[in-house]
Amino acid sequence: MSATQAAVPPKQRPAGAGERPVDRRRGSTLLRHLAFALAAALVLVAVSYAVEPFRNFQLATVAAYLCATAGLTVLTGLNGQLSLGHGALMATGAYTVAFCQNAFADRGMTGGWLLPVSLGAAIVSTVAVGAVVGVAAARLRGPYLAGVTLAVAVVVPALAVTFDGVFNGEQGLSVPVEPPPASLGPYFPYERWQLWLAGAATLLALLLLANLIRSRYGRTFRAVRDDEVAARLAGIHVARTQVLAFVVSAATAGLGGALLAVLAQSVSPGAFSLTLSLFLLMAVVIGGLGRLAGALWGAVLLVALPDLTHSVTELLTLSPAVAQRLEGNLPLAIFGITLVVVMIAAPGGVQGLLSRLGRALLARWPARRS
Amino acid sequence: MDRFVFLTIDGLSRGAVYAAFALALVLIWRAARVVNFAQGAMAVAAAYVAYTVAAETGSYWLGFVVAIVAGLLLGALVDRAVMRFVDHTSPLNPVIVALGLVLLIQAVLGMLYGSEFRPAEAPFSRSALTVGGIAVLSPYDLFVFAAIGVVVVGLAWMFSRTPVGLRMRAAAFAPEVSRLLGVNVGGMLTLGWALASGVGALAAMLVIPTELGLHPHAMDLVFVSAFTAAVVGGLDSPPGAVVGGLVVGLLLSYVSGYAGSDLTPLAVLVLLLAVLLVRPGGLFAPVVARRV
Repeated sequence: MSATQAAVPPKQRPAGAGERPVDRRRGSTLLRHLAFALAAALVLVAVSYAVEPFRNFQLATVAAYLCATAGLTVLTGLNGQLSLGHGALMATGAYTVAFCQNAFADRGMTGGWLLPVSLGAAIVSTVAVGAVVGVAAARLRGPYLAGVTLAVAVVVPALAVTFDGVFNGEQGLSVPVEPPPASLGPYFPYERWQLWLAGAATLLALLLLANLIRSRYGRTFRAVRDDEVAARLAGIHVARTQVLAFVVSAATAGLGGALLAVLAQSVSPGAFSLTLSLFLLMAVVIGGLGRLAGALWGAVLLVALPDLTHSVTELLTLSPAVAQRLEGNLPLAIFGITLVVVMIAAPGGVQGLLSRLGRALLARWPARRS
Repeated sequence: MDRFVFLTIDGLSRGAVYAAFALALVLIWRAARVVNFAQGAMAVAAAYVAYTVAAETGSYWLGFVVAIVAGLLLGALVDRAVMRFVDHTSPLNPVIVALGLVLLIQAVLGMLYGSEFRPAEAPFSRSALTVGGIAVLSPYDLFVFAAIGVVVVGLAWMFSRTPVGLRMRAAAFAPEVSRLLGVNVGGMLTLGWALASGVGALAAMLVIPTELGLHPHAMDLVFVSAFTAAVVGGLDSPPGAVVGGLVVGLLLSYVSGYAGSDLTPLAVLVLLLAVLLVRPGGLFAPVVARRV
């Protein structure tokens, strides 16, 4: 074995030299993603000055959801594992951030570095939980995996009520968050600061995810999704790959949950119900499974659709009781129908339709020029 | 000792309902290789219809019959209008579609009836009769056992002794060959969905009076328990589903009786994980060789 290994490199060296451009292109992938992230950050800052505070808050919420949906995209779209338990993972991150921030506040500690530390702790704790679930998940397939993660989604919010000494039951915990730093000026809107925070964290997470997807690991994720047997024959450790995908996905879900908690400045089990898990899945499917851009569409939809139905129900003159029922349930009904229709009619989701449209336009472009 | 007897009876009664619900899951799994995650929501929808009818007419029994008919129709509708068009090449697709149905059905119920718990009365007394100083069975428990017993025996008879049952088994086992032999495979599939959904509706009618009442999410935890029961018995085995249901019912009853009712969801999760990790095919599964 060692003899062949020793014998091979000299032969391959010319080929390796020939592959230099490939290496350079890999470097430019990172650069391209960095440029994307930088541009997105600039746009975000510009937008945060252009729109009113409430929209800023909504955009910050989109960013928090985007973390979770991007993670779920990696897991379900790229690795083929279905998780209905991401709401529970978000809850893990949210409660961790609440514990950390409360602990810091109790000790009277202040400083800009506290929040990143709390967010980091949230990621670490969610990674731990995700590793446990992921090790179990790697042994399960299809409906079994869905059933287990469904059980996780139903059970975890119930735990918050069971151990109400720690989690304070249905009421939940408050999350003390410091005001924006004084260097930004005394009248800096709080919502803008929230958008900056959530946007920065999410862009960082997306940058890492985008690079991961393009890397060797991303390829093994997809190989395992497409054909487990073939992946195994190609020397990929299937179970390890699946656990890794689950852990990565859990980390981003935890960050998303933590950001949500920081934005709302409170955590309660009601916010992380089974419905949230279904919402995340739906957002990912409608946006387009397997593409990070699809995760963005999904996250936007998660925030925009309830807002839209709210304004629609306000337009109709309804009795308050009926209006309340409609307002809570109309988005759910629309999500449900859309999910079914998208699955049947357009499995690629919004992003799939868009890229098909783009390809069709590109195909016609040279024809028109000639 | 009294408490143990009481918890055992209570557990068996709850377990009978889980058994029926698990049986519904197994029916669809055998017919279509789909775990119907919308089963709980569909059953609640049938129960809502039943209680509306019962409230209008004042007759519980009319409502009971309506629930089962509504369940049958809803099952057939879901198969004909939705599931038939889903691409079944990836096992993810039917699951995702079923979850979309969950969202849709629960939202429609919430819009029509509101999201508060509605009291659902039982047709028989739920206070236990005492025999020799020990509280044993309530009339309602007897009713539950009788109803589930009739359904289980009826289904077993239908599948093993009638031409329709034979056709259904054939259609599930070898669709292509059955089609060549003149079996209406699509029709058998729809019949399977309808039967399963009807059994689910019956289970919902039996379990809802023993819990907090009617609510769009009333069956969420029941669904998880029943899924666990089906997995304990093995998704492919109807007798396994019945035994699994009773086992899960007993376990949950003991946990809630001796350790606190708050812990039952956790107990379900632990049992589900333990069974899947130790014996993924279920307790009654034959040994299957796995690829590679």
